[in-house]
Amino acid sequence: MGALYDELAKDIHLQEGLNACINCGTCTAICPAAGFYNYDPRQIADIVQQQDDKQIEELLKSETIWYCGECMSCKTRCPRNNTPGQIIIALRSYAQEHGYFTQSEKGRQQIYLKRTVGQWILDHGYCLYLEGVGTDNHPEQGTIWDWRQDNWTETMDRLGANYQKAGAGAMRKIPEEALEEVRKIFEVTGGMERFRKIEEYSAQKASEMGLEDEEYVKEVYTTNSSQDNK
Amino acid sequence: MKVEGKARIWKNYQKEIPDNDFFYVRSCVRQNFFPGAETTFLRIMKDELGINVYDDPAHTSCTGIGYHADIVPFDTTMTVVARQFALMTEKGFKNMIPSCITSFGLYTEILETWEHHPEVLEKARKYLKEATGRTFEIPENLSHASDVIFKFRHKIAERAKYKLINKYTGKPLRVVEHIGCHYAKMFPSKGVGGAEYPYVLTGMVESFGGEIVDYPERRSCCGFGFRQYLVMANRGYTIANTKKKFDSMDPYKPDCIVTNCPGCPMFLDKGQYAIAELEGRVYGDGKYGIPVLTFEELAGIVLGYDPWDIGLQVHQIPVEPLLDKIGVEYDKSAKYKGIGGRDLGKPQHSKLIKAYIE
Repeated sequence: MGALYDELAKDIHLQEGLNACINCGTCTAICPAAGFYNYDPRQIADIVQQQDDKQIEELLKSETIWYCGECMSCKTRCPRNNTPGQIIIALRSYAQEHGYFTQSEKGRQQIYLKRTVGQWILDHGYCLYLEGVGTDNHPEQGTIWDWRQDNWTETMDRLGANYQKAGAGAMRKIPEEALEEVRKIFEVTGGMERFRKIEEYSAQKASEMGLEDEEYVKEVYTTNSSQDNK
Repeated sequence: MKVEGKARIWKNYQKEIPDNDFFYVRSCVRQNFFPGAETTFLRIMKDELGINVYDDPAHTSCTGIGYHADIVPFDTTMTVVARQFALMTEKGFKNMIPSCITSFGLYTEILETWEHHPEVLEKARKYLKEATGRTFEIPENLSHASDVIFKFRHKIAERAKYKLINKYTGKPLRVVEHIGCHYAKMFPSKGVGGAEYPYVLTGMVESFGGEIVDYPERRSCCGFGFRQYLVMANRGYTIANTKKKFDSMDPYKPDCIVTNCPGCPMFLDKGQYAIAELEGRVYGDGKYGIPVLTFEELAGIVLGYDPWDIGLQVHQIPVEPLLDKIGVEYDKSAKYKGIGGRDLGKPQHSKLIKAYIE
């Protein structure tokens, strides 16, 4: 209907995730995010299927689209084969490609995810690379995590890993040629472009907020206004 | 022959799992948190079952956590996965087994997408060729590593040294099975038993002599939620959902929890510690908590492997009460030793739950 919806509808997640929502609310009943936040996946499906650009734009700027945990429990239960979790993936992609994500507290967190998970993938070939990631940022990891951090290589060796070494095995050093292929894939398929956009829009927002880069990342990682917590 | 009626319905809950020649792809979460579980899986495959499993040094993360944290676009993720398929093809394998449930769900999603949208498959082929020069075949079979242990559960039970029987009471141990959301909630026909009645872990537990605990929140998520855990500001989501599960299962007095997803055991294990620190509540016996195992660790325990070889020392909730109930022989003093008995110190006890038992 509108130009924004038409663009959004090119995303395969929207094509697969939205057929015809009958507003029954089964997704909301099963949703872990709806149990914690004032969040209603039924409404997301309903707003998007109305194809009203104004309302969709409001969604893109909102906190709401960042509450889903992508567990996809909604996919199992929808009697009309919709998946609000997939609609969310399409909305979040769009929000990052067009800069809307920095307008919400939760959306701004994407820079932290890009700088950690994204960078670990490019640098090491793993989504998580946790040596040195301690209980200061993850206090719930407990006393065992402190012990593991103190003895990272020794515990890896003890448990048959191949930490930072050539050859096969857990936490091996992934060959440079393999990492180069992954980086090339990111370049060719738009992954690197996504990362660049996250950086650019975040830098703009940091400047608007009068924060240095490091302060901004810390701010987005820790700030929780709890406005929609139940 | 056309399959009709109940036979047809039941067929949707069955899954074909090959019996040999697997290309193994590792889990980022398991490698960081439970490296011993993957070591144990390969040991069982090779030493107990004589199965050919290939572990390629050149495979990488599937980028799944990045994809579900929405920083990695689908085109990128599917092409990285296509590269894993290319490695499998080049090594002459047709069966792929991911260690990770996020990977398993993502590979399934990608294969389904390619089936329904052949033009997307063509795009993946073009991207991969351009970026790496590689080509690939689609796997003939995609199974999760837990599917393979499930398939051989009776054989493992025949070779087992221990049963999941409480040696003090002679009764079966009561086990909570927790299935990772992306195992079958997205594509129910791809998991053993589907989304409503997944049988993959239940089958294992029953074959090993244990009894399954049913409880109201049995199918709810552990609380990971990708960005909800990864960012500190959102972590209330994670702990609230973890707590919902424990509050629901605790009255049924489980002896332990077993999981097939790499992330869930971390959240269910560390979550009990965090809830104890935050609210002063200790589940289970009220003293040590409810031990949480991965499926590889569970199989390793019944096969009589040394608990410290399979990695039970890296759990926050102590496993000793469970090992004692099963009657496992083990050396308490060796729990935190490195290779060759090297002294690595000990973790501190938390305020309410001891990390180890003297």
